[in-house]
Parts: sequence; C-alpha cells; structure tokens
Amino acid sequence: MKFAVVVFPGSNSDRDAWYAAGHVLGERAERVWHKDTDLAGADAVILPGGFAHGDYLRTGAIARFSPIMAAVTRFAERGGPVLGICNGFQILLEAGLLPGAMVRNTGIKFVSRMVPVRVEQSDTPFTRACSPAQILHLPIAHGEGNYFAAPEVVADLEANQQVVFRYTDQAGNPSEDANPNGSVNHIAGICNRARNVVGLMPHPERACEPALGSADGRVVLESVVKEFADRAHA
Amino acid sequence: MHNPRPFTAGQPSAALDAVPSPIDAAVLERHGIKPDEYDRILELMGRAPNLLELGMFSVMWSEHCSYKSSRVHLETLPTTGPRVVQGPGENAGAVDIGDDMCAVFKIESHNHPSFIEPYQGAATGVGGIIRDIFTMGARPIALLNALRFGSLETPGARRIFEGVVAGVGGYGNSIGIPTIAGEIYFDPTYAGNPLVNVLCLGLARTDEIVKGAAKGEGNPVFYVGAKTGRDGIHGATMASAEFDDKSAEKRPAVQVGDPFMEKLLMEACLEVMRTGAVVGIQDMGAAGLTCATSEMSSRGGTGMEVDVTRVPQRESGMIPYEIMLSESQERMLLVVENGREREVAEVFEKWDLHAEKIGTVTATGRVRVFERGILVADVPAPALTDEGPVYRRPMKEPEWQQRVQQLSFDAIGRAVASGEAFEALIASPVIASKRWAYRQYDHTVGTNTIAFPGASAGVTRVKGTTRALAVSVDCNGRFCYLDPYRGAMLAVTESARNVACTGAEPLGATNNLNFGNPERPEIMWQLAEAIRGIGDACRFLEIPITGGNVSLYNETDGEAIYPTPVIGVVGLIEDAARTVTRRFRSEGAQVLVLGESRGELGGSEYLARLHDTVAGPAPQLDLAGERALQQVVIRAVREGLIESAHDCAEGGLAVTLAECCFDTPFGVVADIASAGEVPLEFRVNATLFGESASRVVIAARPEHVEKVEQLARAAGVPVQVIGTTGGARLTFTVDGGAAIDVAVMDAETRWATAIETLMKAGR
Repeated sequence: MKFAVVVFPGSNSDRDAWYAAGHVLGERAERVWHKDTDLAGADAVILPGGFAHGDYLRTGAIARFSPIMAAVTRFAERGGPVLGICNGFQILLEAGLLPGAMVRNTGIKFVSRMVPVRVEQSDTPFTRACSPAQILHLPIAHGEGNYFAAPEVVADLEANQQVVFRYTDQAGNPSEDANPNGSVNHIAGICNRARNVVGLMPHPERACEPALGSADGRVVLESVVKEFADRAHA
Repeated sequence: MHNPRPFTAGQPSAALDAVPSPIDAAVLERHGIKPDEYDRILELMGRAPNLLELGMFSVMWSEHCSYKSSRVHLETLPTTGPRVVQGPGENAGAVDIGDDMCAVFKIESHNHPSFIEPYQGAATGVGGIIRDIFTMGARPIALLNALRFGSLETPGARRIFEGVVAGVGGYGNSIGIPTIAGEIYFDPTYAGNPLVNVLCLGLARTDEIVKGAAKGEGNPVFYVGAKTGRDGIHGATMASAEFDDKSAEKRPAVQVGDPFMEKLLMEACLEVMRTGAVVGIQDMGAAGLTCATSEMSSRGGTGMEVDVTRVPQRESGMIPYEIMLSESQERMLLVVENGREREVAEVFEKWDLHAEKIGTVTATGRVRVFERGILVADVPAPALTDEGPVYRRPMKEPEWQQRVQQLSFDAIGRAVASGEAFEALIASPVIASKRWAYRQYDHTVGTNTIAFPGASAGVTRVKGTTRALAVSVDCNGRFCYLDPYRGAMLAVTESARNVACTGAEPLGATNNLNFGNPERPEIMWQLAEAIRGIGDACRFLEIPITGGNVSLYNETDGEAIYPTPVIGVVGLIEDAARTVTRRFRSEGAQVLVLGESRGELGGSEYLARLHDTVAGPAPQLDLAGERALQQVVIRAVREGLIESAHDCAEGGLAVTLAECCFDTPFGVVADIASAGEVPLEFRVNATLFGESASRVVIAARPEHVEKVEQLARAAGVPVQVIGTTGGARLTFTVDGGAAIDVAVMDAETRWATAIETLMKAGR
C-alpha cells in the first residue's frame, strides 16, 4: 500500500513518518508538498508533527488553508484512512475533520518524554491490530497538547466510543498524575464518527524500533496496512 | 580562527578620501577601538575611514570576531589528523565517519545575550550554531548544550535557568532538531554571568560539503531569509566587554529568534546546495553582513560589491551603517554560479522565501559597499578578517593560585556521616537529574536518538549504516579554577571518556573557551594555561580540535567566572546495536571499577556542598593511563563483554554507582577498598565521594569478568570487582565497614525531583 505524508512548511516529523512507513514497514511512502492538490494515489494519509507555519497564529490554524487540505478532506469524506500526529492532530481539529481544540499544557512547559497510552478502541484503521486495552509506550513532545472540548462534545465522544487513546499509568489506569498535559478525560487521541480519521498527540512513528526505546508505535501503522490487505482480499 | 594571508594595502579611494573624517576620540571609544588599533586602520586603509568603515572595523576587530587575545594561543592547538575533513577557519569542522560521510560539528556560546534576555539569548544561540552546520551542506541531526548558572537556591539564577531552558527548547523543538545530551552546573561564580554553550552536529556527504568562500569574478551574491532590522547592532562588540549595572540597557542589542524562518531557510538551503549552483554560502551571525561579505571575500581571495539599498529591510529609513552592522537573525549570503540564478530562485520560491541579488563577486580583494549606486565604503577584505590586531597580552599567575590548591582539613569542620553526605549529594543540583530541563527538549524527533538525555553522552544513529555517533560536552569549572592547565586536560579527558563509555572511538573535538577579561594578566594566564592543557591532552589522545569559540569578558562588576573551557567530543560507534549506557541491565551482574581510586577530595562536590569549600589540588591525571583506560572500555563494549559503562565524576564512586541503578529495576551491593591521603575521619568519605579522574564503573555478566580483567591488565589499567547488581537497595561498605544503605527508590526520588522541587519552591 502507499502512504502519503503531507509536508507543511514547518513540519518536522514528516521524515520520521515517511521513514517508519517506508523503511521500517517497507511500504511505499511519499512526502507530498502542501501546495500540491492531489495525494499521489495514496491509500492512507499522515499529517505529521511539527510547527506548521511556525504555529504562530494558533497551532494548525494556517495549515488548514494549504491547497493539499482540500484533497485530504475529500479523501477523508470518501472513507480514506487519515492519521494526524501531534501537530497533524491539531491541524485536523482546525480543519474540522475532528471535533475539539488544543490549549496550552497545564504545566505551561513543553513536555518531552515517553508515556504509557491505553488503546481504547480497536476498530479504527490505525488500531485494528491492537489488542483491547493494550498499553503502548510512546513519546510525546508538545507544548499544546491539552485536548479541550465543550462538555457535550466530550460526552458525545465518549458515548460514541470516539476516544481512541487515553493517557494512563504503567498499570493502565488513567489518573491526574499520569496525564502529562491536562487533557480532558485524559484524552490522548480521538477519531471521527466514521472512525477513519484518527488524531493523537503521542508519536507512534517515533517508536517503531527497539533501538529508539520503544517499538510499540509500529502497531499503529501496521493496523492500516492490515486493513488495506484485508480490504484487498475482501 | 583564520590563517593570516599576505595583504598589500589597497589604493585609497578618491571619492571617499575627499570627505572630512568625523572620527574623534569619543567616536573611537564608542566603537571599542583603541588608539593603536586606529593607527593600524589608518595604515591599512591608506586614509581615514568614514563612520561606516570604522563600524565595520569595530565589529570585525572585536574580540568576538577577531580572537585577537586568544589567537596566538589557539594556534598551538592540534587541528589535523587522518579523519579531519575540515579544520578551524570554516563555519564548522568536519571529520570522516566512513562511507564518504562526515560528521560536521561546532560549539558556540551565547553567554552575554542570555544574561540580558535569557529566553531570546538562548534561543538565538541555538539558531546561530544550527546555521553554521547547515551552511556546510550538512543536515543538523543533534543538539547538545553546556549551561552554567548561579546557585539554584537564588531567585536570580532560577529566573535565568528557567528562561534559558525554555529558549533552548523553544528554538530546537520548533525547528525539529533533537537535543540529545548536555550538562548543567550551578555555582555562585556564574550568578552574574550565566554560560550558554550550544553544540550542533550534522551529517554531510564528504563530496557535498560547501564552503564559505566567494569565488568566481562576476558571480552574483544573493541575500535570503529574514529582513534586516536595527536589532543586534554591535552585538559582537557587546560580547567583547564586561558587564556592569548599565548592562540591562543593552537589551536592544539582543536579537529575537524566529525558528520557523530558520526551518524554511535550512530546508531551502540544503535543497539549493544539492543543485550544485551554490559556489559559497555563509550565515550572517555576529557582525552580520559585514562579516559575511568580508570573510567570504577573504576565503575566496576575491572581493565583493554590494548595494545596501537592495538588502530587504524590516524598518524604514535605515542607513548603510545600520544595514551593514545589523545582527538580525536567520539571514544567509550566497554566491551563485553566474547563469544559474533561476534554479536557485525556484527552490527559494518553493519555500516562500525570496532570494535578492545584492551584489557581485569581484577580483579587487575589497569589500565595496554602495547605496543607490554611490560608493559608501571601500575596505580591503583581509584588513577586516586577517590583518586585525593580534595581542600577546601580559600573563601572570594569580597570587591566590597556589593558596587555593592547599586543602586544610582543620579548617573545614568535622567529616559528615557518609549516609547523610550521600543524601545531600544526590539532591545537589549539580548532581541531581536534569530531567526538569531536558523534558522541555524534544529528544525523539528525527528517530535517530538511541541514548537519551540523562544517559551521559548522547548517541545518534546514522541511518543507512550500522554506525552511530556519540557526543559529549564537559568541563568541571572548579578544577579549572584550582588549576587551569590540569582542569582543561580533565575536561578533554572526561568528554572523551564519556564518548568512549558508549563504545565510540573519539574522532574530533570542539572547544568553547569561557573566561573573564583578557586584559587582566591573571585571566590571560588562565586562558593560556587552559589552551596549553587542551592542546597537550588532545595531542596525546590524538583528538584534533576542528573548531570552536572563544567567549571572553565573562565578568560582572569586576568578578570573573571560573575559567570554563567546555570541550565537546564526537566519537564513532561502528555497530550501533552494541552500544551501552550508564544503566545496569541485569541482576547478578558483576560490578567493576577500571582505573585507580586515590581518594582525592580537591575541588570535589563533597567539599563544596557539605563543607562550603572549593580548594585543594585538582585530581591527578596520567594521560597514558587515560588512553589505555578508554581503549579497554571501547574494546569491552565492542566485544559485547559489558552491559553498562559509566564515567566516575562529581560525587565520586558512591554517586556513580547510584546513577548506574537509577532508571533501572536494580540495586547494587558493593564493598570499596579505602583510599586517600586524608585524616582518618575523612577517609571513608574520600573513598566514596573522592573525584579521582580516569575511572569507569562497568557491569559484566560473571562469565565475562575474567576476559574483562585480562583486557585491563594487559593494558596496565587497574581493575577491581567491587560488587554485584540486584536487590532494591544501594548498600556500600568501605573495607567491609557499613557506610551507606538506602532504598534505591528513595535515593532515586530525591535525585530525580531535587531540581523541580527547588524550582517550585521558588514560585
């Protein structure tokens, strides 16, 4: 299958996603410039981490107007799998492909460390290969990863089982202490109603090889590969 | 660090000669130019300079740009070797790492700006050194930093620490270059003069390295990046003076960083260099456009003509003086092959950057500046870059030097109980975990970091190969204060040892010399002694210095910092799968000490923290023994004989052993043979906390111990099995007598949270 990794000016994890999909998993992967208008025939799209446009207005606020975003939106509406990682998640929120917003971490400071994350739903294209309630150790690196939404939106997300990843302690229990940024309901990642668009703050693409301290993130990318293979056989 | 080139005085320019000189003593003083220096300018110019020309001399002849006090000493450093691809004199140094690739690296300071405006000072320091690396055609892959602050128990130091760490993170995180290691010290000596030294490491194909030389008469000169503003004018001159109570007024000389602009510039420049159309490139850092035009001309043996009206400007009404001296960040100067302008422009346009042609390379050997076609400055390029003053400043050993090397145990009070001393030392900000800082730095971006911050040396793998690079920055300023010659040697050996502990062979080094006012003979003596020490150690260990930075005038109100020559060493790991860190990896492993423990307390953290004393001789150093030790460690790691290796530094063996347990599920039981020529009541503490150099704590599975011992003995390196990993406690005895016995978890919590506790308490 083929991954498209969108490169915005200021993206800095585009190579990481491209390397994980293209070299670690051995799939086809292409970096697509934000001024392009088509996704080069990709079967899955990744919006990578970074500081698109410097994040100077609001994280992701300018990137949503990039020409490529029309193609990403069409691709998502047709049910194509889209993964937004960190800044990519923020862009999906700004583009309205996912509900809610990001605000400054409660501790104010940028937070960079490995955290345990519990997989809440294994019926999205990016968690299909996960076991229920699997704990993944993934790095986070963000200043604005405090997920926020109106109470009724959060209630809706929970009711529709759209919370895909949650921060927990090592034993898999969510708690204030285990929440690195103050996210409401300890949310680390969510999906849309149709479940094909997933956004998360932790970086699975930076945790695909044991040498990097964790290979737990590999299952996220493998899930979409598996889904693609299953669909091809169906 | 340039090599002087022959220079013949140029012909005076008739047009400029006609204008009466506006220069008097007050103007010279404002520009920091001494009367004899002005005489030299007159001689080199063949006429009186105008104000713009004087300004150009002022910044280029500043200590920061000209190394006028340090140059004669720096020239004694070893800079060549079989691995050296690029030595001092370019934007950064480079060493061969095999497969036609090289590691490009350099360290640079931003001390003065960081004192005045901690966040922006540190951020622009990071931005500056990153530009030096990608300017060489190398993709930056890692950052390290060496930071120094006053005592963390004071609000002033906490404020600067907080701002500097946020600034380092703010820039590096945004541009997406991981910060993989570093070191931080807190000491009252840095209260009025914090140090911010940043090292950047990049990777390049050896045949794609681009240099900062302007070549080819008629080739166009392009300006690209941020617009020029009035910020940072005379920043280089500011960095070449002492601080006093007026320093806060110098805030406009600190620039504001824009990491997004730099990210665009970096990607665009790397892409444009791949076209092959770039003849030479240089960033505009200290001394801005003046430095870039004159250095590129000098290196190329050419000249340059530029028109300042073509320089993109952020503010209106800027005069040539301001444009030529501005230190606005994120700007590059490129010389492009004539006829290939379109290729270059297209790449920059892709990144929404605009490359503006501001001039042309000439064969005149002169930098000629025009404003709307009218000549406003005309200076021989080498006069600015190579013909500046070179001082052999007077040197004198400080009268207190011998005295501070005496350690009187009668004067420091009773020995502190070992358990109590241990608890205090692991919570000392100098020794405690620096996670409060490095958790604000993205260290995973790039997916190359295989030894994270907190592991000692940083290790970054080289994709597409089995190799990895290890990098460490080190300097114990206390040792350098007690003995600048030996202290500097100890900085070199510690940095190299940290690299060796990962299994890497040291390939090259970069130095950042942070000292006080060189016009004082005592400071000049410290500087000269430290450079002599670096040279002797690097020559013996065969680690060439490929570049560096000198930061002088680190004084506030006449108080100089400890001499602090920070050494960054880059080493090569052949098999990245075989590297080790400080952390124990298994239960029941044997713990060994390589090297000799002499129970030396001089300059130790134990004396500073528990007896409020900085005195004594710096630890002894035997360079032959050091080299043998490093070779044994490298070989043991490469042959897979050991599971961990950790350099023994601040806090001695007790702290080193504890650190081997932290971030692991293991404890350790160890018995240490007593050492130290100290009064009996201090003997246990000297054994546990003494900071003898050239020691490494390693752990090996029992079946490998004999092999390790054989390796060490064959190399003449003392080796001793002192304990076993396992359990949940740190249990240390000295000659079989109880000394320290604590739960690892308790010790680790104190160590891990000490700095954040101090930072929270200060709010």
